[in-house]
Amino acid sequence: MFNFGTWTSAINEALLSVMPEWSAVLIECVVIGVLVLLTYTVLALFYILYERKLCAWFQCRLGPMRVGKWGLLQVFADMFKILIKELISLKGTDRFLFKLAPYLVITSSVVMLACLPWGNGLQIINYNIGIFFVLAVSSVGVLGILLAGWSSNNKYTLIGAMRSGAQMISYELSLGLAILTIIVFAGTMNINELVLEQNNGWFIFRGHIPAIIAFIIYVIAATAETNRGPFDLPEAEHELIAGYHTEYSGIHFGFFYLAEYLNLFIVSGIASLMFLGGWMPLHIPGWDGFNAVMNWIPSIVWFIGKSFFISFVIIWFKWTFPRVRIDQMLAFEWKYLMPIALANLILMAVFVALGWHF
Amino acid sequence: MEVNIKSMKHDDFKDNEYIDKLVEELNATGANVAVGNLNKLINWGISNSLWPLTFGTSCCAIEFMSLGAARYDMARFGFEVARNSPRQADYIMVQGTIVHRMAPVLRRLYDQLAEPKYVIACGGCAVSGGPFKNSYCVLPGVDKILPVDVYIPGCPPRPEAFFYGLMQLQRKIKVQKFFGGVNRKEKREEFFAEHPEERGQID
Amino acid sequence: MSDIKELISAINGNVAFIEGGECLEVQVPEKEWHSFAEHLKNDAQLSFDVLTAVVGMDWKDSLGVMYYLTSTKRGWDMLAVKVVCDDIKKPMIHTVSDLWKVALFQEREVYDFFGIIFINHPDMRRMFLRNDWVGYPLRKDYDASPEKNPVRLNDEIHEDDTVTYVEDENGKVNKVNKKVFEADDYVVNFGPVHPSTHGVMRFRTAVDGEVVKKVDVVSGYIHRGIEKLTEGLTYPQILHFTDRMDYMSAHQNRHCLCMCIEKALGLEVPRRAQVIRVMMDELMRISSHLLSFGCTAMDLGGTTAFFYGFREREQVLDIFEKTCGARMSMNYNVIGGVIADLHPDFVKDVKALIAIMPERLKEYHRLFSGNIIAKNRLVKVGMLPKEDAINYCITGPSGRGSNWSCDCRKVRPYSIYPELKFDEVLLDGCDSYARYMVRMLEIEQSCKILEQLVDNIPEGNIRALNVPKVIKLPAGHWYQQVEASRGTFGVYIESTGEKTPYRVHFQSPCFNLVGVMDLCCAGHMIADLVTIGAALDFVIPDIDR
Repeated sequence: MFNFGTWTSAINEALLSVMPEWSAVLIECVVIGVLVLLTYTVLALFYILYERKLCAWFQCRLGPMRVGKWGLLQVFADMFKILIKELISLKGTDRFLFKLAPYLVITSSVVMLACLPWGNGLQIINYNIGIFFVLAVSSVGVLGILLAGWSSNNKYTLIGAMRSGAQMISYELSLGLAILTIIVFAGTMNINELVLEQNNGWFIFRGHIPAIIAFIIYVIAATAETNRGPFDLPEAEHELIAGYHTEYSGIHFGFFYLAEYLNLFIVSGIASLMFLGGWMPLHIPGWDGFNAVMNWIPSIVWFIGKSFFISFVIIWFKWTFPRVRIDQMLAFEWKYLMPIALANLILMAVFVALGWHF
Repeated sequence: MEVNIKSMKHDDFKDNEYIDKLVEELNATGANVAVGNLNKLINWGISNSLWPLTFGTSCCAIEFMSLGAARYDMARFGFEVARNSPRQADYIMVQGTIVHRMAPVLRRLYDQLAEPKYVIACGGCAVSGGPFKNSYCVLPGVDKILPVDVYIPGCPPRPEAFFYGLMQLQRKIKVQKFFGGVNRKEKREEFFAEHPEERGQID
Repeated sequence: MSDIKELISAINGNVAFIEGGECLEVQVPEKEWHSFAEHLKNDAQLSFDVLTAVVGMDWKDSLGVMYYLTSTKRGWDMLAVKVVCDDIKKPMIHTVSDLWKVALFQEREVYDFFGIIFINHPDMRRMFLRNDWVGYPLRKDYDASPEKNPVRLNDEIHEDDTVTYVEDENGKVNKVNKKVFEADDYVVNFGPVHPSTHGVMRFRTAVDGEVVKKVDVVSGYIHRGIEKLTEGLTYPQILHFTDRMDYMSAHQNRHCLCMCIEKALGLEVPRRAQVIRVMMDELMRISSHLLSFGCTAMDLGGTTAFFYGFREREQVLDIFEKTCGARMSMNYNVIGGVIADLHPDFVKDVKALIAIMPERLKEYHRLFSGNIIAKNRLVKVGMLPKEDAINYCITGPSGRGSNWSCDCRKVRPYSIYPELKFDEVLLDGCDSYARYMVRMLEIEQSCKILEQLVDNIPEGNIRALNVPKVIKLPAGHWYQQVEASRGTFGVYIESTGEKTPYRVHFQSPCFNLVGVMDLCCAGHMIADLVTIGAALDFVIPDIDR
């Protein structure tokens, strides 16, 4: 299977041969930074179109059709519009926090994006507690939402932010426990090693029962974590106008909007990393011919394909289910999801200890 | 210059003279090529991404819902992202009668919209008061309190009429000048001239 | 009827019977009205438990109120009570809002339009007009000049202030100022422009965290003064207003107004027209309930179901469009019949609609009604026991969801409904889910009615031939009810024999529906406020008129 690492190390060596190490690292950092931001924008724009088209098809509609072929340029029109929209600042708001909040949200999702394993050798940050780091960074996003709601000086945003806080903190537990279940099975938190571990079969197959339970818990918790239906209470349109970002206009609103879609990609990416092998092709031990054919498909396509599939499932939820109520949502987490996740963790530990897995 | 909408015939629009006149007026002062092209790009963006504020007071609002539903599907034009918060919407489509009690609310909503913003008066009541014109508490047309860009007559207008009105708005946007025309600088200066105490309070 | 007369005169000797009306009618002196009303309601033999309509009146030399009462226990006999204020300069009437809760809002409306103060009413604010409005518009001497009431662009102030007029033991009436909310209430403002209020309704809601403590309904953001406008127009001219009040029951409302005028004129409507009217009414009901289904789903966040409901609704609208020429505001019924004959495709289209509906309904139930989240959100939410439904006069699907048999088509049949076979859908859930399900089941019943009629449309005239060129109603007053999509819709016409009516009052079902918002929402969460509103399914222009 092609390793992108050969390219990156070749570029690194070429740079080192003409300049001192610090400047080479500087150039690499800048290039990678630009690449990450570019990927971020392109992905977010793609996701907006993806969701709008999908939801239209669920609803027997066509979706954007007029701007560009099949409406492909629709999101670019939206982007231009959002960029030039007026940024309204309000009386009675905490102006510093009001402006800081969207940047916190978008920064946290950019950092998470940078941690994902895009392909064989295509990974920016790789250290031994990688997945732990991702979980930690994701919590910063909540802070941005809370600040946005608080600093806007508006009752709707405040209720939205409080809902968001309660929701995120609750569901982070299940999310963490589901990931922990897999970490127990894999025995590592290093993202690259997690992928390589799945060379002989994805975790969801190798870990069978507890892994599948963990996967289901993860998808539910991830839906809640990204504020998507049926858990979209923080911005519940029909209750709270636009929830925590009611008072934001222009590109500040655009940041929330982009981050929301990118978070969808990120949780899907983590799901594909933890359960479906990341960029690892579908390998079945013993079937060498089959594995070789699978290896022909580039690793980056595997990763993105899996992520898009999981996003599709989450989008499917949103356009099918009605919204839950705040007390039902919290009861669901604390009374059902978390106890099951805990029991599942123990189950996985037993399975690992007794070697009842593939 | 002909202002066209994709896959629509130019002659199918009824008031081409009005748009032509508008273009002539705007071009009278001239603009340099770079600014002109940037204007075009921005206008392309705005005109293709008109997000409505959900604002319906009566019958026309139901027809607007039909507009969003599967048969007419305004999503095809990219109009479907109806925002409930005026900060994030691009135009306000006044669907239905505006009465005395509602007038200050509507005016405030308009003020809350972020620039650039547009107003469509939709249906007989919003255009002129319609069948309720003689009533003691009905506003005879929203143009008494708001600057209206496009009028869509009807009681309620058919969804096709909504589309026609929206396309006319797109055409109007396509000829506007973002730089040196609709941007907000002048309005801000006007506001601060009237309310000097607000300077520094909001920016 | 005579035994009721005896019972009534036994209560109070001062009651005067007015002869010549379409129903039993009495006049009560204002001083004795409240005790008389108490007897009417509580007397086991009379038990007038429903206050159907409250009509404020200005007879030029006096101001007063017409109360229309009916009894669910005794076959829905109507009793009209006329109460005249003693003093035209300072008109006052004792409230009956403590007996029939529906009067809480109805009497505020009368106060707003006529300036009649209701003694002991807990909340005497204006209902529809701005609180700084000058004058009472439905009085005959109202000065409508725009200088008095210009378009004010400032916000209303003192929204929290209300007033109540309390009568002490000596019969002296004292004005007591009150506040709507407590000083430390956290009041969230839902509306007037809010996605879940289905129009421009405003709920000022005191919340404790996520829990709703009190809902204050502020109405009038689409009050168009229809009742006053009708006084200056001839009868054929006023017909179009009914289509624009509850635009989701346009045919039924207009049917009601036409029937009221026909009743006054003594016109016989040809059978073909009657059948067409009933078919249109039922199609309208289907279209309305489909919209209601869609909006309920959308308010719960299930956007996709909304589109499915609209898909079938378009099919109904197509039928309307072919025959009436418009998708909404059809203006189809006219005095004496209907305005145009059926389109040749009508029978075919209706049959196609009936054929697909059962399957589509199953699809809705699969997508939404059976969904566990939807059920959790609607079941046991917004409880409205039967007694409250009767007391607040919640008719229509919402009342029938509380197991109150109040279908006007059954209890006070009109047109050709007595000949038709259909069931009155009654559920005893008393919650939002029951109200929602009643609507879905009523679609089936409407299809059943259409099925019976679609092959039996008789030939003949579509309009009575003896409709006078100039329509003048004889002096008198009439009250007519029909079952509209959202409940019992009533029209009251008072005529002095002129070309134009002296007073027209529309008794809209939705006005009563918002009256229970506070009752249903208190103790539930903010999210439930939205679903309760969706399940009650009010149309705002029908409330405000």
